[in-house]
Amino acid sequence: MKRSIMFLSIALVLLLAVPMAFAGGEKEAASSAGGDGKMGGTLVFARSGDSVGLDPARETDGESFYGATAVFDNLVEFVPGKTEVRPALAESWEVADDNLSVTFKLRRGVKFHDGTDFTADAVVFTFERQFKEDHPYYNLGPWKYWGYMDMSNIVDEVVAVDDYTVRFDLKKPEAPFLANLAMDFAGIVSPAAVEKLGEDFKNKPVGTGPFKFVEWRKDDAIIFERNKDYWADDVYLDRLILRVIPDATARWLALQKGEVDVVDFPSAQDLQAMKNDPKVKVMQQEGLNVGYLAFNTTKKPFDNKLVRQALNYAINKEEIITAVYGSAGTPAKNPLPPTMWSYNDDIKDYPYDPAKAKQLLAQAGFPNGFSTQLWAMPVARPYNPNARKIAEIMQAQFAEIGVQTDIVSYEWGTYLDKTDNLEHDMAMLGWTGDNGDPDNFLWVLLSAPAAEPPAGNIAAWKNAEFTALLAEAKETMDQARRTELYRKAQEIFKEEAPWLTIAHSVVSIPMKNSVQGFHIYPTGKRVFRGVWIEK
Amino acid sequence: MGKYILKRLGLLIPTLLGVITLVFFMIALSPGDPARVMLGERASAEQLARLRADMGLDRPLHQQYFSYLGRIAHFDLGKSITTGRPVVKEIMELFPATMELAFFAMLIASVAGIIIGVISATRRNTMVDYVSMVGALFGVSMPVFWLGLVLIMIFSVFFDFFPTGGRMNIRYYMETITNFYLIDSLIAVFKTGDWHYLGSALKHLILPAVALGTIPLAIIARTTRSSMLEVLKQDYVKTARAAGIPERKVVYRYALKNALLPIITVIGIQFGLLLSGAILTETIFAWPGIGKWIYHSISARDYPAVQGGIIVISTVFVLINLLVDILYSVVNPKVRLK
Repeated sequence: MKRSIMFLSIALVLLLAVPMAFAGGEKEAASSAGGDGKMGGTLVFARSGDSVGLDPARETDGESFYGATAVFDNLVEFVPGKTEVRPALAESWEVADDNLSVTFKLRRGVKFHDGTDFTADAVVFTFERQFKEDHPYYNLGPWKYWGYMDMSNIVDEVVAVDDYTVRFDLKKPEAPFLANLAMDFAGIVSPAAVEKLGEDFKNKPVGTGPFKFVEWRKDDAIIFERNKDYWADDVYLDRLILRVIPDATARWLALQKGEVDVVDFPSAQDLQAMKNDPKVKVMQQEGLNVGYLAFNTTKKPFDNKLVRQALNYAINKEEIITAVYGSAGTPAKNPLPPTMWSYNDDIKDYPYDPAKAKQLLAQAGFPNGFSTQLWAMPVARPYNPNARKIAEIMQAQFAEIGVQTDIVSYEWGTYLDKTDNLEHDMAMLGWTGDNGDPDNFLWVLLSAPAAEPPAGNIAAWKNAEFTALLAEAKETMDQARRTELYRKAQEIFKEEAPWLTIAHSVVSIPMKNSVQGFHIYPTGKRVFRGVWIEK
Repeated sequence: MGKYILKRLGLLIPTLLGVITLVFFMIALSPGDPARVMLGERASAEQLARLRADMGLDRPLHQQYFSYLGRIAHFDLGKSITTGRPVVKEIMELFPATMELAFFAMLIASVAGIIIGVISATRRNTMVDYVSMVGALFGVSMPVFWLGLVLIMIFSVFFDFFPTGGRMNIRYYMETITNFYLIDSLIAVFKTGDWHYLGSALKHLILPAVALGTIPLAIIARTTRSSMLEVLKQDYVKTARAAGIPERKVVYRYALKNALLPIITVIGIQFGLLLSGAILTETIFAWPGIGKWIYHSISARDYPAVQGGIIVISTVFVLINLLVDILYSVVNPKVRLK
C-alpha cells in the first residue's frame, strides 16, 4: 500500500514537472534576451577535481579555469554557448589595413576587486608578464598557454596608447588571434594585486570579473561572492561555490539529495536516471573535441590512400558509440566538431561497408590484408572515455577484412612521446579545442608543418593543397572567406582519409530545475555570470 | 622505558632514509616524465626542455637525489610540482582530514570488531557465530567504493540521515586552526557556544568512517575470535570456571586480556594501512584527505609531493608501531621493553 502511494506521488510529480520544465525553458529563452534573472542565492557546482591555481595565465587544466573564469574578464569574450567572440572589457576594436595591428577601446569606470582602476596599463601588464623576459613578474611563470597558442610568434608589442586605448602590434597577420584573447590565459589581472601578492596571487586572484574570490579550502571547495560593482547587470548569484566531489556517482547522489545545484562530468551510466528524475534537467551539447585514429602515413601501407579509405569503410562507428560513449558521444565525420563555425555538414562519412573495404584493399595490393599495430591511450580523455575498449572493437572489425592488429599501449606520458615521434602504425588520440577557432584544430593536427616530430599531426600527413588553404585562412580576417577555405579543407581531408574520425563527445550538465540561464560553452568554460536560481 | 622509546625514535631516521631512497628511485626509474604529464597533448619540445630544466629533471639522477636529501635534512620537503605550493603546507591542510577519518574508522572497527569477535568465540558453532563470521567474510571482501556508494544511497539519499560527502556543510564558514574539524568545531563551541559546526562535522564523519572501518572491523573480529578460542581452551580458564567465577568475568576479565596481544598488533597494522589506503573512501565521500592527494601526485609524477606524503605516513606508521609495542607491555607485564 505504502509503495503504491509512493509510485503514485512520483507519477504525479512527473506529470506536474513536465509542463513546468517547458515553462522553465521558455523563461530561459526570454531572459537571455532581456536579462531579468532573480537576484540572490548560493549556487554549488560539484566538480571532479580541485583547481591547481587561479592565475589563468599560469595554469592549463579546466578545473583551474573554472575558478579563474569567475574572477577575471577578458578584452573579448565568447558569446554564451558559441564559438564567436563579442566585446567585454574592450568595447570595440579596429584591425589595421595591413592586418598587422589591432586597436582596442577599453570600457571606462571598471574597477578591480581590490579597488584599483582598470586601465590600459593593466592590459599591458597582463600580457607583458607572459612574454617579456625582463618584466619583473615574468619569473612567476611558466606561462604555458602563451606558449601553446604560439603567442610569441604572433604578438610583437602591446602598447598603451592612452588610458583607455590599447594597441597590439602583430608579427604576422593571424586571424585566430582575436579568439585567443577570449581564452582564459588572456584574463586581465590586477597589477597592484600581483605586485602585492607575488607568487601568492595564484591562490588569491584579483580581477574585474563577475565574482570575487573569498576562500579556498584545498581539495574541498573554492568560494566566491558576487562582485557588486560589476560593469554588466547579469550577475545574480550572491555566492558561488565550486565544490570537489571526485566520484561521478557520488556527485549525482549529492544532486539528488539537493546538496549541490549543478554537476560536472556525470558518468554516462547515470545519464538516463538523471533524465528521468523530475527534479533534474540535463543540458547536452557536443563538446569542442574530436577523438580519432590516425594512420601514420610515413609508414607502409598507410602511405596508400586506398588502404586508409579501406580502413575507414571497415569500421562500424555506431557499434563503438553504443558500446563506449553511450549517450555521451556522437559519430564524427569531420576533424572539426559540429559546434565550430565552418563545420562542413555536407560531407558524407564513409559508410560501414566491409565488402567495399576488402575491394579497396585488393586494389591497393593487399587482397589478404596485412598485420599492424593499433595503439590505444591508457587513460580516459574527454574525447575518448575508453580507448582500450574501442581498440578491441576495431580489432574485431579490422579482422573481418583481413587486417590483423596487435593492441599496444604505454603509460600516458610515454604514449604521447612515442606518438609525437611517429613510432606508431595506427594510433588513437584526440583534441579538445581551446579558442573556438577552426585553425586550432586543423593547423595543429593536420598541417604539413605540424607533421615534423614532435608532431601534433601524428598521421604525419603532408598535403600541400590542404596546408595552403589553412595558411591562407590563417591570414584572412574576413570570416566568410575563412569559412569557405575551411569547408574546402574538410573535403580534402575526407577524401585523403589520414584519420578515421571516431567521435565527438557530448558534454552533459545535469542541474536542478531551479537553475536558470546556464549555458554550455563549447570551449569548456563554466560561466556563472547570467545564471540565477528560480525560487 | 624512556630509553627504549628514545632508541625506537632514533630508528625512525634510518627507516625514513630507506623509505625516501626507495620511493625516490621507484618514481625516478618508472616510465613517464613529469614534464610530459604536466604539459599533455600540446607541449612543444622547447616547453618540455624548459620545464624539465625548471624542475631540475635534466640533472643526473644522483645529483637530484642528494640535493633532495639535503633539503629534507633541513625539513624542507620542497614545492609541489603541480601546484607550486610548499609540500609541507599542503600536507598540513590535508593530513588532519585523513587522520581524523582513520582514527574514527578504527574506533568503530576496534570496538565493534572486538565485541563481535568475543561473542562469536563464546558462542562458537552457534547461529550467532556463523552469522558474524560470514558477515566478517563479506566485510573483508567488500569493495570499499561499492560499499560507500550503497551507504550514501541508503542513509543519505533515501533516509536523509547523513550528507553525501565532504567534511562540513559547504555553506558554513568555520575558522580552521588545526584542520582537525572535530577539534576546530569544539573550539568553536567553547568560543561561541555554537554547536552547529560540531554537529555538522560529526554527521559528515560517520558514513565514511563506517565505510573505511568495515574491512578492519572484519579482520579484527576474526582475529579476536581465533585468539579468544585459543585462550578459552587454556587450563587457567578451566580452573577459573571450576572455581565458580561468573562466566562474564572469566571471558572479559581473564580471557580477553590475554587474547588482546594479537588484536593490538592487528589494530596497529590496520591503522597504518588505513592512512595510506583511504584513497577510495576519500574519493567516494569527497573527503579532502592525503590519500587522494598522494594518488594524484603519483599520476602527475609530482616527486616532492609523493615523497612528502609518504614520509609523513611512514613516520606515523612507525610511531603507531611503537605505541603498539608500548601497549604490549601494559597489557602483558611479561613483555619487557629493552
